Amino acid sequence: MIRFDSVTKRYPDGTVAVDRLSLEIPDRSITVLVGPSGCGKTTTLRMINRMVEPTEGTILLDGEDSRKQPVTTLRRSMGYVIQNAGLFQHRTIVDNIATVPRMLGWGKQRARERAAELMERVGLDTSLAKRYPYQLSGGQQQRVGVARALAADPPVLLMDEPFSAVDPVVRKGLQDELLRIQDELGKTIVFVTHDIDEAIKLGTMVAVLREGGRLAQYAPPAELLSGPADGFVEDFLGADRGIRRLSFFPSTALELTTDAVVPADAPAARIAAVEAPYLLVTGPDGRPLGWAERDALTAGDVPAERLLPYGRPFVPGTDSLRVALDCAVLSPTGWAVAVDDDGRVTGVVSQQTIGEAIRAAHTAGRADGEKVAG
Amino acid sequence: MSGFFDIPSDLQHSWTGLIGLHMREALLPVAAGLLLALPLAQLCGRFRWLYPPVLGVTTVLYAIPSLAFFVVLIDYTGQTELTVMIPLALYSLVVLVPAIVDGVRSVPDETLAAATAMGFGPVRRYLQVQLPIAAPAIIAGLRVATASSISLVSVGALIGNQGALGNLLAAAQKYDRPELAVNAVVTMAVLAILCDALLVLLRILVTPWMPRGTRPRPAARREEISPEGAVR
Ligand SMILES: Nc1ncnc2c1ncn2[C@@H]1O[C@H](COP(=O)(O)OP(=O)(O)O)[C@@H](O)[C@H]1O
Ligand SMILES: [Mg+2]
Repeated sequence: MIRFDSVTKRYPDGTVAVDRLSLEIPDRSITVLVGPSGCGKTTTLRMINRMVEPTEGTILLDGEDSRKQPVTTLRRSMGYVIQNAGLFQHRTIVDNIATVPRMLGWGKQRARERAAELMERVGLDTSLAKRYPYQLSGGQQQRVGVARALAADPPVLLMDEPFSAVDPVVRKGLQDELLRIQDELGKTIVFVTHDIDEAIKLGTMVAVLREGGRLAQYAPPAELLSGPADGFVEDFLGADRGIRRLSFFPSTALELTTDAVVPADAPAARIAAVEAPYLLVTGPDGRPLGWAERDALTAGDVPAERLLPYGRPFVPGTDSLRVALDCAVLSPTGWAVAVDDDGRVTGVVSQQTIGEAIRAAHTAGRADGEKVAG
Repeated sequence: MSGFFDIPSDLQHSWTGLIGLHMREALLPVAAGLLLALPLAQLCGRFRWLYPPVLGVTTVLYAIPSLAFFVVLIDYTGQTELTVMIPLALYSLVVLVPAIVDGVRSVPDETLAAATAMGFGPVRRYLQVQLPIAAPAIIAGLRVATASSISLVSVGALIGNQGALGNLLAAAQKYDRPELAVNAVVTMAVLAILCDALLVLLRILVTPWMPRGTRPRPAARREEISPEGAVR
């Protein structure tokens, strides 16, 4: 555990970057420091590996003052990933990744094998090993940065806006990759970002900092969204925190109906029995084809051009209420289509039913904290 | 009629001997300049306030004509090669210090932060990260220093025939053999071009990590290659 005990950092020019910060960072989980630019996130992070020395207060690592061990030993036990990766442009990818193991005295062969193993772990093709950084895309460089930080298998990973400089699609890929790696490795990760969405997606715990490095709120993301501590946090979370909070509610409990789901070759009597004005037509494999007005349907062939697009389906149990609501909003009929993992229709659900589920979830109290992909 | 390569005996060297002498008088000062410039540039990088005064002093040194240097030095070091080489070493220093400082400063902050975070001490970081990344800039500086040094050696002819190939210029007048002057000029030019080519080759060898097309040109600043520019 990393513990900040009333830590203050005052730079020589008088700037108070961090003001009496107390924080407990749990092991084997991702703790995110989030806040506007200049609020002291980088300073806080760099005090952990002593690239910045606190002016007052202590930082304890597993109960020990971090100043007790030699600074290079401390740093080599902590991986560090930064914006733009900061790769050594004069070294090949494999040598970049092998940097810390080599410094720790590993043999060249062993260090290179380790580097190759890490390239695979972070989703890089090992054919890139002999390339130089300039030959890689920004996203690939960032993966190398993560691999390099993991090379000597440090228990702690410090990440300073590592994904801020890449485009949104690549960023999402890197975030998913980080969550996957974390599932496998269980590091103690301290992650700095100014992007609240990134904080909510990645964090087990989120520390919101405000100007001067003061802690505004420290909570799991769902709790942050349901109960911002003050106006600053509320503003920082943005206008749609209610919608975003739905990411933390599973869609498992939604009551699906199969009444309005008919196969393309359904008899006329079956269609006539449906009460809803719209029907979801499915193909022979059970996959959705599109919506049709009941009255326009006749038995037998349904011309594909008369079907309305069904939008994007959701998978109950995997997707959150937020995704289900999004599907309903995007659907031309206002009904969301639920499918199983193979894409076969399991039922449909109306906006109204989803709305009821949302109200029920809210009244059930605060979110149970369980995180659902959203 | 004596031949193009027949050197008058009072020069005490064959043509190839003069070339060897010329290269020694030109390159030793560049090497010495580099040895002095490396720690000096390191200090300038460490203590930022040091750079402007160092730059000022070296620029003033550079403004002193080499002949004036020789005249002052002659009282101490006599009519020797050393008298020629000391000013040349200083001129090299003037070119190399800014080249190294700028090269080292061009290393991105992120790279430095990453090195520090991985547990590099200051010395290891300078040798393994900053200097290699500054190598193209340093070699660009070496190209300028080498070319100007090769041309400047000939001024040594004015102090007791210490100008190596430059001595041929005086001999050409004395013996009325203009081909000796042509020989001197062409040989020096070829030597300068060869050395430059070797440095370019060196840079290509040590920087496989540079994207093609962005290799730096040598600084245009203070470039002086023509042997005629010998008397400054
Ligand atoms: N080396 C420094 N000297 C003086 N002030 C600094 C230094 N580094 C950061 N600061 C100041 O400290 C504050 C916090 O900076 P920083 O920790 O980098 O914030 P963030 O990472 O949240 O953007 C800012 O006001 C910044 O200008
Ligand atoms: Mg920062």
